[in-house]
Amino acid sequence: MIPELGNFLLIMAFINAIFLGVLSFIGAHYQHQGLMQFSKRASISIFALILASFVCLTISFINNDFSVAYVANHSNTQLPIHYRISAVWGAHEGSLLLWVLILTGWMAAVALFSKSLPKPLITRVLGVMGFIAIGFIAFTLFTSNPFDRVLPFIPIDGSDLNPLLQDFGLIVHPPMLYMGYVGFSVVFAFAIAGLLQGDLDHHWARWSRPWTTVAWIFMSLGIALGSWWAYYELGWGGWWFWDPVENASFMPWLAGTALIHSLAATEKRGVFKSWTVLLAILTFSLSLLGTFLVRSGVLTSVHSFANDPVRGRFILVFLGIVVGASLLIYAIQSSKIRSKANFGLFSRETALLFNNALLAVVTFMVLLGTLHPLIQEAFTGDKSSVGPPYFNLMFSIFMIPILILMPIGQQINWKQESMKPMLTKYWLWAISSILIALAVVIIMGGIEPMALVGTTLGLWVLAGCAKYVLAQASKSTSFTIGVKKISRSYWGMLVAHLGVAVTVLGVVLTSYYSIEENIKISQGETVQVEDLDVEFYDFKNTEGPNYISSAGSFRIYSEGELITDLHPEKRKYNASKMVMTEADIDAGLFRDIYVVMGEPLDDGAWAISVYYKPFVRWIWLGSIFMALGGLLAVSDKRYRQRRREKKLTKSETTSVVESSGE
Amino acid sequence: MKAHRRNKLFAIIGGLALLSAAVGLILYALSSNINHFYPPTEVSQGKAPLNKTIRVGGLVAYNSVKRAADGLDVEFTVTDNQNSLRVQYHGILPDLFKEGQGVIAEGQLVSKTEFVASKVLAKHDEKYMPPEVEQSLEKYGHPGKSKSSEY
Repeated sequence: MIPELGNFLLIMAFINAIFLGVLSFIGAHYQHQGLMQFSKRASISIFALILASFVCLTISFINNDFSVAYVANHSNTQLPIHYRISAVWGAHEGSLLLWVLILTGWMAAVALFSKSLPKPLITRVLGVMGFIAIGFIAFTLFTSNPFDRVLPFIPIDGSDLNPLLQDFGLIVHPPMLYMGYVGFSVVFAFAIAGLLQGDLDHHWARWSRPWTTVAWIFMSLGIALGSWWAYYELGWGGWWFWDPVENASFMPWLAGTALIHSLAATEKRGVFKSWTVLLAILTFSLSLLGTFLVRSGVLTSVHSFANDPVRGRFILVFLGIVVGASLLIYAIQSSKIRSKANFGLFSRETALLFNNALLAVVTFMVLLGTLHPLIQEAFTGDKSSVGPPYFNLMFSIFMIPILILMPIGQQINWKQESMKPMLTKYWLWAISSILIALAVVIIMGGIEPMALVGTTLGLWVLAGCAKYVLAQASKSTSFTIGVKKISRSYWGMLVAHLGVAVTVLGVVLTSYYSIEENIKISQGETVQVEDLDVEFYDFKNTEGPNYISSAGSFRIYSEGELITDLHPEKRKYNASKMVMTEADIDAGLFRDIYVVMGEPLDDGAWAISVYYKPFVRWIWLGSIFMALGGLLAVSDKRYRQRRREKKLTKSETTSVVESSGE
Repeated sequence: MKAHRRNKLFAIIGGLALLSAAVGLILYALSSNINHFYPPTEVSQGKAPLNKTIRVGGLVAYNSVKRAADGLDVEFTVTDNQNSLRVQYHGILPDLFKEGQGVIAEGQLVSKTEFVASKVLAKHDEKYMPPEVEQSLEKYGHPGKSKSSEY
């Protein structure tokens, strides 16, 4: 009964979404109060319906209802309860339902937290989101329904969740990432609604900004979690593979990062308006493209879901409609957008322009590398792939100017600044960054030109953040007063940029100074790996809840001193008969030691991998800072204040905005 | 006003020049980093270049995996059920590497019959077959094991 109820709720949500999509635009056009009220209520009720449907699927998993095909394929009676719950989004159908849940969640949030916005605008925003919801609910219902039954032959037991996904990473990574992916639909809907309405004043940017930043926070954390998960779970010691599916999430993140910056310029100075709108459309289009790449299985990737051409076609058509329609609206209406202010050649506007141009080029670079195999195949029929060297090289090249400009861009004034006095202040900082970087690189084990460049740039960005705080402080009578005067949103920017510096340092140092060795080792033996001595002192077979494990025990010594004791495992899962490698990692702020069991060799010895990864934690630490920065920016009091002001003069403001809005 | 306009024009031209330089650079880097995929049959027909990074793939032939005495050098045969290719690899094979399963190896052909892999990709989901391998099996060999036969 419960799966049928879930299916029924999903259908109800679908019908509601159709009403929402159609009636919103009619209501907004005729300013019909009843219909505009309806669109708010419908958005919330759609979310409630999808949530209930999602709960139904979760109950089916908890109850081991193997008459449901999706449950039978991705769960098992031996599977621990927390993995039975996270298995709901462990494969295509359920993760799509999660996607829809989050999309409608954002929609309900927009309906609830936008009381200060003019009603016709918010109605149109909800209408656009309603249309997106129609597409995705239809996709779920008609091509990938998680509630389909396997009748009459109900399996006795399920075929288990992919062991790789039986992990904490699965519980947190997809929901976070989807929050980001789908969150960009809000700014997209704002852009389309504004275009349809024909007036995109600076209010538009102010309203969109916090929504975009929140989506970006989730996306940053989601990507970082995915990277961290891949690092400890795959057992390759790698944290980024330029895999098509990773790229699929990285592209909207890059575009979203550009969007945050151009929204700032649009809000503060009224510049780049039409570019910002276009960027909002492109960011969400890249989210949809990512969905297509992941769901259709057209590219070879570690993440590919078992592929079904119908699904790929559905998403491709949907992508075509959304992107085509929004670009058409943009083409027709963008001439009505007027950017106001002029700005000098050396100004914050120019710095943000460079930021956007560079981020756009990086996004294009990733896009081309990701899609190239598809394009090549379409034209020549050849199968090919684009190797990581392309991405690594190109990404580094374009990151260099971005990082060089970052400290200057955050310091420089709006409108116009004189170049010379500004730049002379930076000489000392630049030289000290280079010298410290030189010292770091020598300590790390030798001068690699690219490592030196990368470290210098990371330190340069760090120095820029420090310099900013000092400069603000010197403007006031005392240091503390000056620091207190820095607003939350500037702190947000500084912390986020600090995060970039930390991530850059982590990436550079771990890429150039990691040690990675595959060795053969027998029990009782000690093998030297660079400066480390690895002792294999014990081996045990144990039984887990749904797997059998072979665990080795290793002591790692450095110069005769015991550093750590590691117990990597090889697990064989009972239901799927799959073998999984569980690495054991001694994590530290400055280095990780990482041991993986490879294969048992003929004479009782084992092949193992030993990795020494300096500064690898900084990669993810940096993204935590970035997210924290975003959080500080959205918590800036000017957003709250404005809301309070709006509340006080609500009747007045809304009537004014409404009359001027049409 | 005129000077201002001229400045703007220069800025636009400069921007476009930088942008096209960037795009040119991207395209150049891309063209030298494309790894083509060849099934064993095409390798034996001499279609694959020597000493260039490429990908080969197919099924791991039964009883073909041989380990060197010191344990870390591995050799196996990749087949598309018509022709086969010997692959050498140093290191630890991925978890799902198994005889009879689909595999993709990235590396270089050192001679027409010898491939030295730098990376071996086996899929993380047992039911999943890389699309390249599936198509080459359909083209050259008997239709590969269908995904559902695993159940």
